[in-house]
Amino acid sequence: MFQNIGEMVLLFWRTLLALPLTWRQRQKVFDQFFEIGNASLLMVCVLSFFIGGVLALQTGPVLVENGLASTVGGLVGISMAKELAPVMMAILIAGRVGSAMTAEIGSMQVYQEIDALRTMNISPVHYLVLPRLIAIAVALPMLVMFAILVGWLGGALVSFANERIYIPIEVFFANLRDMVELDDVANGVFKSFCFALIIGVVSCHQGLVTIGGPRGIGRSVTKAVVNSIVLIVIFDYILTNILMVFNS
Amino acid sequence: MSVQQNHQDGVTVEVRGLRKHFGRHEVLRGIDFAINPGEIFVIMGPSGSGKSVLLKHIVGLERPDEGDILLSGESIQAPEVLGKYRVAFVFQSGALLNSLTVGENVGLYLTEHRLKPPEEIARIVTEKLEVVGLKGTERKMPNELSGGMKKRVAIARALVIEPQLILYDEPTSELDPLSAVVIGEEILNLKERIHVTSLVVSHDRDLAFGVADRIAVIHEGRIVAIGTPEEVKRRPEPIIQRFLNADFKTNNSSRL
Repeated sequence: MFQNIGEMVLLFWRTLLALPLTWRQRQKVFDQFFEIGNASLLMVCVLSFFIGGVLALQTGPVLVENGLASTVGGLVGISMAKELAPVMMAILIAGRVGSAMTAEIGSMQVYQEIDALRTMNISPVHYLVLPRLIAIAVALPMLVMFAILVGWLGGALVSFANERIYIPIEVFFANLRDMVELDDVANGVFKSFCFALIIGVVSCHQGLVTIGGPRGIGRSVTKAVVNSIVLIVIFDYILTNILMVFNS
Repeated sequence: MSVQQNHQDGVTVEVRGLRKHFGRHEVLRGIDFAINPGEIFVIMGPSGSGKSVLLKHIVGLERPDEGDILLSGESIQAPEVLGKYRVAFVFQSGALLNSLTVGENVGLYLTEHRLKPPEEIARIVTEKLEVVGLKGTERKMPNELSGGMKKRVAIARALVIEPQLILYDEPTSELDPLSAVVIGEEILNLKERIHVTSLVVSHDRDLAFGVADRIAVIHEGRIVAIGTPEEVKRRPEPIIQRFLNADFKTNNSSRL
């Protein structure tokens, strides 16, 4: 385990050192970026809409019965912005995009394509890892911003449509504006940027260390997704603590 | 694999006391040989004898436990020595990048190192594919090609580097006899045209005796014979004779 962590830190460091080459790899970055967006946008919409909706549905009736209807918008707004959208979208992207990264790089490793790159003096870090890491680090925060908005919309529509809650949409958003600050959204977006780096590094590393045939690729994909999710949850706690210190 | 694109002379290769373990298993047990510039040197041996591992050491994909490899007298363990000489590796599987077209695969080295403008790269790719008899396949994907065509594309990709040393790992494995002949002719043509040093690892006896200037026979991680094809054929050691003369014999008695 410690060897894996060391290798991942080293891979991340090497990718950081390769950042000046980003412009040369821009076509690959754009390709990866659109692939991530294309693969995830619909799922992000559906997931975040229903997360926002369920959050309103679970909390709305209780709050309304206790005379706290004005807090429903704020509760949905803050929960989506600070916690649910970044964490849930990161888990979704780990499963959807991280697994694909590991499978692709793992397959290239198993079938000697990465060895072929090395013999041509082409660094796999520059050619494969850098474009993927940059693409996911840009794409995930954008998806999370989108997810926050869709989640709020889901919460607002459910709060309006459910007769036990029944909060008009403009009132829901007025309450949300009163309670949610720009910092809350910024916190969520910053977390998602960190989660994107975790997913990118873990997935690419697992791909690069793949051994064996198709079974090895499958094993690497599973490890990449599980390790990413575990690290996302652990770092969520750490980052939340750090951000609380900064925000206080 | 530096930028000196016009230098065409082959390099010398010296392998000295090379040893390699994987876990408890010693794959290479002290390999020594030298290859002259422009020579075609074939290493033969049964599967699992350490041939491919040896090639990976020469191209820097593996690091030896003991011993050294020298290219034109310089140890490849010294930084930048492998970058100084243009070394190409033709993998057993071809190892083409499946997400790229044939043309992109062949031009990958020039594109990634930005050695030529795109139009010049396209011209070179067409030229190299023509050399290996695959003109017009630039836009095909690797999965549209046969095994023999993939290997020829891999050779074209190696040629783009304008190599001083080409390493071939089982270049005729999985090929029909006609395709194997084409690959053998390609190896000879390259020697004639660009005087490249060639190191071929194979257990294909026809290929080895057809193209080799010298042959080494490797068995269980050791070189057991080295010499011209005729000298190797005359070696009396049972292991060499068994390997060189192994043939399928019909068991007529069991059929009767």
